[in-house]
Amino acid sequence: MAEIEESQAQRDAIAVDRTKGDFKYEENYAFDAGIGLSAKVVDYISNVKGEDAWINEFRQKALKVFNDLPMPTHWATEDLKNIKFDEIRYYLSKGQKASRTWEEVPDDVKETFERLGIPEAERKFLAGVEAQFDSEAVYSRMKDEMSKLGVIFCGPTEGLRDHPEIFRKWFGKVIPTGDNKFAALNSAVFSGGSFIYIPKGVKVAQPLQAYFRINAENFGQFERTLIIADEGSEVTYMEGCTAPKFETATLHSAVVELVALKGAKIQYITVQNWSANVFNLVTKRGVAEEDAEVRWIDCNIGSRLTMKYPGVVLRGKRARGEVLSIALANDGQHQDTGAKMIHAADDTSSNIIAKSISVGAGRSTYRGLVHIPKTLRNCKNNTECDALLINEHSRTDTYPAISVRGQKNSVQHEASVSKVSAEQIFYMMQRGLTEGEAMSLAVNGFVNDLVKEFPMEYSVELKRLIELQMEGSVG
Amino acid sequence: MTTLTSMPSGILDASLQQNETKRFAGNDWFIQLRQLGWKNFEALPLPKRDDEKWRFSDTRSLSLADFTVAAAPSDADTAKLIGQSHFITRPAGLIIHIDGHCVLRPVIAPELAAQGVKFESLEDALRHHPALLKEFLLKHEANLGGAKFLALHQAWLRAGYVLHVPKGVEITQPFVSVNWTLTEGAAIFPHALVVAGDHAKVSIHEFNLSALPDQRALAISAADLHAGTGAHISRFAVQAWGKNAQSFEIANTCGGRDALITSVNAALGSRRARLENTVRIEGPGADVRLYGISVATGEQEFDQRTLQIHSAGKAKSDLLFKNVLLNKARTIFSGLIKVAPDAQQTDAYQTNRNLLLSPEAEADSLPGLEIEANDVKCSHGATTGQVNPEELFYLLARGIPLAVAQELLAEGFLEEVLSKVDNEEAAAVVREMFRQKFHTA
Repeated sequence: MAEIEESQAQRDAIAVDRTKGDFKYEENYAFDAGIGLSAKVVDYISNVKGEDAWINEFRQKALKVFNDLPMPTHWATEDLKNIKFDEIRYYLSKGQKASRTWEEVPDDVKETFERLGIPEAERKFLAGVEAQFDSEAVYSRMKDEMSKLGVIFCGPTEGLRDHPEIFRKWFGKVIPTGDNKFAALNSAVFSGGSFIYIPKGVKVAQPLQAYFRINAENFGQFERTLIIADEGSEVTYMEGCTAPKFETATLHSAVVELVALKGAKIQYITVQNWSANVFNLVTKRGVAEEDAEVRWIDCNIGSRLTMKYPGVVLRGKRARGEVLSIALANDGQHQDTGAKMIHAADDTSSNIIAKSISVGAGRSTYRGLVHIPKTLRNCKNNTECDALLINEHSRTDTYPAISVRGQKNSVQHEASVSKVSAEQIFYMMQRGLTEGEAMSLAVNGFVNDLVKEFPMEYSVELKRLIELQMEGSVG
Repeated sequence: MTTLTSMPSGILDASLQQNETKRFAGNDWFIQLRQLGWKNFEALPLPKRDDEKWRFSDTRSLSLADFTVAAAPSDADTAKLIGQSHFITRPAGLIIHIDGHCVLRPVIAPELAAQGVKFESLEDALRHHPALLKEFLLKHEANLGGAKFLALHQAWLRAGYVLHVPKGVEITQPFVSVNWTLTEGAAIFPHALVVAGDHAKVSIHEFNLSALPDQRALAISAADLHAGTGAHISRFAVQAWGKNAQSFEIANTCGGRDALITSVNAALGSRRARLENTVRIEGPGADVRLYGISVATGEQEFDQRTLQIHSAGKAKSDLLFKNVLLNKARTIFSGLIKVAPDAQQTDAYQTNRNLLLSPEAEADSLPGLEIEANDVKCSHGATTGQVNPEELFYLLARGIPLAVAQELLAEGFLEEVLSKVDNEEAAAVVREMFRQKFHTA
């Protein structure tokens, strides 16, 4: 910013307004495992959920793996050391069973949803809403026609209890417990999340949607999601997060597994807007069988530290994987995001487009992995990462890792770092926009071609969200 | 070295190292430098598989056991190898080492000597210009993972050359340094120290070869390049050790205000060769260009690690590494551009291109950026692929056999970098070396 003097106003102009989700209700938890992590806590969770013995075994094994694995600070940020695992609540539930009807939902929860806009979304077009209030789904209902199609949309407890023949086969298979320390943590204490099965040939026209919220101090959410799209089916799943602000850091560590069988398509959309004290350490991976497609659309605006690298294992011929990612890092935030593409069959293709914006002292990092082994032919990958630096102390890093063997495989990777040009700002200000407005317009322009890739209803919502955040602080 | 059952011998033997160090009595600072090197070497662990700075490298086969410091070569061998060391006609100066022993001391033109130009073996320079060495020798740590190797280099430091071009002196004809390995199991630790004063211009070519193609050898080289204000340094380093050699090179380059540094690394030899090249851009207006080319065949592993540090603003750096891979070869390119918070208006680029000519070859790319200033233009690109099928078809349609067509296209691919070499004679020599390598692959 050589020509333009940097001001607080300018920083404010692009600061994200998180007050929309910044509210908190009295903690009144019927089920609370207490603070800290131990084999007893894991048993407690299994007990409360009335789980089969094999799930408890799975959890206990995972706890061991979690304790054995070191923090990945040899490549990741030292900030991970600030997580105080002993001060976190690992399980908390409003009641033992997920509510089925709207009437059963407690009033204060309804009020929370009112403010999140869920009933409205329901009225409009959503096929099913699985709203997560802390660790347990308190409200889940699906439109009649969805159940008639055979679509299953429930939580992990119900999924593993009522449909083991469907879910057990894939549970923990895409992301094994030992994949990384935080996947192991999730495997030990998971609760909440969505288990979805789309039967053969069913194309779910409307997106399935879930809202996640954290509502208790020092309470980490460990939701577990497993989506299985059977042959030739299609589904879009949306995950959006808002969280109230707290003084001490909370931990969020989800595991999301996607399975797209032959010819199926899964699109998974996330808008992450945790408050700026949340550690958001998420493992997301999909498997794409023959002719299948897995698409991750990932937008990270909130949290203190996000580490998330959605991946696709391209297991069948002609499978396709895609990651579209937007990250915005403001003061005190580190968005460490990226993508992984593991090619494991011939003629597979993958595409990664990542855009990041660093504001103030914010730091955004792209980490990527593209792997093509020697037995394969005709695999293609395209990776583009663009970073925009707004202020003098903004920071961005890019760490891709590309490994290629085999025949007729080709990969290309491009990354660029730039700032909003002084000419652009001057041009807009000369036409009467304030500096803040001009900057916000430029930022929107930077992500615009990616926002357009989002499904229509989501891109409108996202654009409005960015605009609102920009507008609010222009003064 | 816990894996060794017997007493450490050769280069791992502390008493041998101490004995050799005694030879430098009178240069206490140099003795201390070597002792410190040994201390650090013993304290540092060998790289492990999960070491980020060694990602993708084959760390399991890393071993420093069974290498010795070889005795001086026979007169016959010396005469023969000197005869094979004339790669360019009329260099500004020529220095030759065999197994780490200086066998040809450089002679430079009297007019250059009169201007204060110094081109000497490291041992000579240690006697004649200790102050110069003290100021510039091994001033930077190995920050790309090779600290243990650099420590061993420092502990056994003796071979190498010192080239000093004082302020304002411009020399267009390149200086040449040739390093040979001759004895089976020899370890050498050649050092290159180039200091260009303000507005000086200098060019240096280094050829590293083995007398016998199958010989086992270990080469741990290091280079320190310092370019003063407005100085130009051009370096062309050719790594053509025998196919059973292991080689490690740790280069540190510093560029002051308005300096222009061009470095071209060509890799042909060694079973495994690792290059760690760090450039520090310390003055505005500096322009640093790093180029690398390789043809990797058989089961060779070329491991290239680069770091461009921009600590001053308004400066430029550009990097291009191109690799051609055949058979079961593997190349690793790991590059990082670091822009310090105050280095505004930096222009930094980094490109890695890999040409896979065999289904069993593996090319790994780790192009990285760490940017802490906002007014910068930085980008990197990495591609890995095959020869363009249309270009191949064009050549095949004209009756050129597939193997020849592929070779022609690969040569064209390498030419982009070879054309950056400032001396056509040297470029032609290396072009021919690459051609030979294709034919024997």
